Amino acid sequence: MGQDTNLGDIQTKIGDPGIDLGELFRDSHIREVLDQLDRELVGLKPVKTRIHEIAALLLVDRARKQIGLTGGAPSLHMCFSGNPGTGKTTVALRMAEILHRLGYLRQGHLVAVTRDDLVGQYIGHTAPKTKEVLKKAMGGVLFIDEAYYLYRPENERDYGQEAIEILLQVMENQRDDLVVILAGYKDRMDRFFQSNPGMSSRIAHHIDFPDYSVDELLEIAELMLTGLQYRLSAEARQTLGAYIARRITRPNFANARSLRNALDRARLRQANRLFEAATPVSVDALATIEADDLLKSRVFEDEAPPQSQKN
Amino acid sequence: MMTNTGNRVTQGQFSFLPDLTDVQITAQIKYALQNRWAVSVEYTDDPHPRNTYWEMYGNPMFDLKDPAGILLEINGCRKTFPNHYIRVMAFNSTRGVESPAMSFIVNRPETEPGFGLRRQEVDGRAIRYTVHSYATDNPENERY
Repeated sequence: MGQDTNLGDIQTKIGDPGIDLGELFRDSHIREVLDQLDRELVGLKPVKTRIHEIAALLLVDRARKQIGLTGGAPSLHMCFSGNPGTGKTTVALRMAEILHRLGYLRQGHLVAVTRDDLVGQYIGHTAPKTKEVLKKAMGGVLFIDEAYYLYRPENERDYGQEAIEILLQVMENQRDDLVVILAGYKDRMDRFFQSNPGMSSRIAHHIDFPDYSVDELLEIAELMLTGLQYRLSAEARQTLGAYIARRITRPNFANARSLRNALDRARLRQANRLFEAATPVSVDALATIEADDLLKSRVFEDEAPPQSQKN
Repeated sequence: MMTNTGNRVTQGQFSFLPDLTDVQITAQIKYALQNRWAVSVEYTDDPHPRNTYWEMYGNPMFDLKDPAGILLEINGCRKTFPNHYIRVMAFNSTRGVESPAMSFIVNRPETEPGFGLRRQEVDGRAIRYTVHSYATDNPENERY
């Protein structure tokens, strides 16, 4: 992790007054969260770099406060953009915990909402609804999934604009009470910000979530299966690699989410296979997913790719 | 004889103390939230001690984690009703308890005219006493 060296550098630069950033770092137990992040999130290089930067910033901020240098709380509203299944929600959850450990958030919980939770159905309904959500999120992170749906340019009487205005006001005035994270697909997010310049300027961190490569997806699959106490046989591992390579080219590919669905179906077939074998099963057999379980997938059928989502 | 020299209404918690600051209010609300009580903000301009049910400001607030949201409502209520009594209530919804666990005043009018004692002669020489708030001589919203 590059984190240690960064902090070390800063420490030597501070020198004289002698605030030990390393000690602050240990005290905040931020290490465990960052380590966990590195362990459990595969790939996502730009995301991790940015999180480390934010952690360093907040740590330095805290050190500055200790020696009496006051600067206003930094604005930490963020925008996560990326394709489906690239880990935006997962990172948001982690972010809440990291910011809590660093003392930026008082509670560190995550309130995940979509347009439905913010925008009302009739005049005068939106403001109380949005405010209620905001109040619930105070002290934590408000995660707005598919934020671009808030703004519907085709309907000028849409109440989404009202929700955006309340959101902006709170984002500006109660910066130390909550962190707002907007998430959505890249191109639509960009269009959303173009039509809401106020929103764009209030968000300090725009973080892009890249798509996973085949190797990364394979690693993710193993992590998922370990979490579920399954493992892949050597053959199945190869088959899964081939599966992913094919699946990526199919429509509706949603990165890690598609992968999880594929694994769920593999578990289903494994259970079926063991059941139909009608012989006593060993512990090993119960925990292992074989190549066969994956090969039965529709992705391996060589006919024209079906347009349906089932595969 | 006047025992309550400031003429201040004393209801609920902390009412004999100087007015709570926002920091103190936040600390109290934090305690309520830690106990998972639902906090609400209420206001009235009739301070009679038997006036139990005050008007609720906004919706009751369930599932809040942090006092900042409630402070937001308190300040909103103060802005709307600067000369009313405003109190913060914490409701304990545990089955079998189901009653307010905390209640304290966070805003009061600048001048509080106080209460008068009224005597009513009944049944010969017997006397009935009742407390009357001078403020309620005026119609609602014109009391302070």
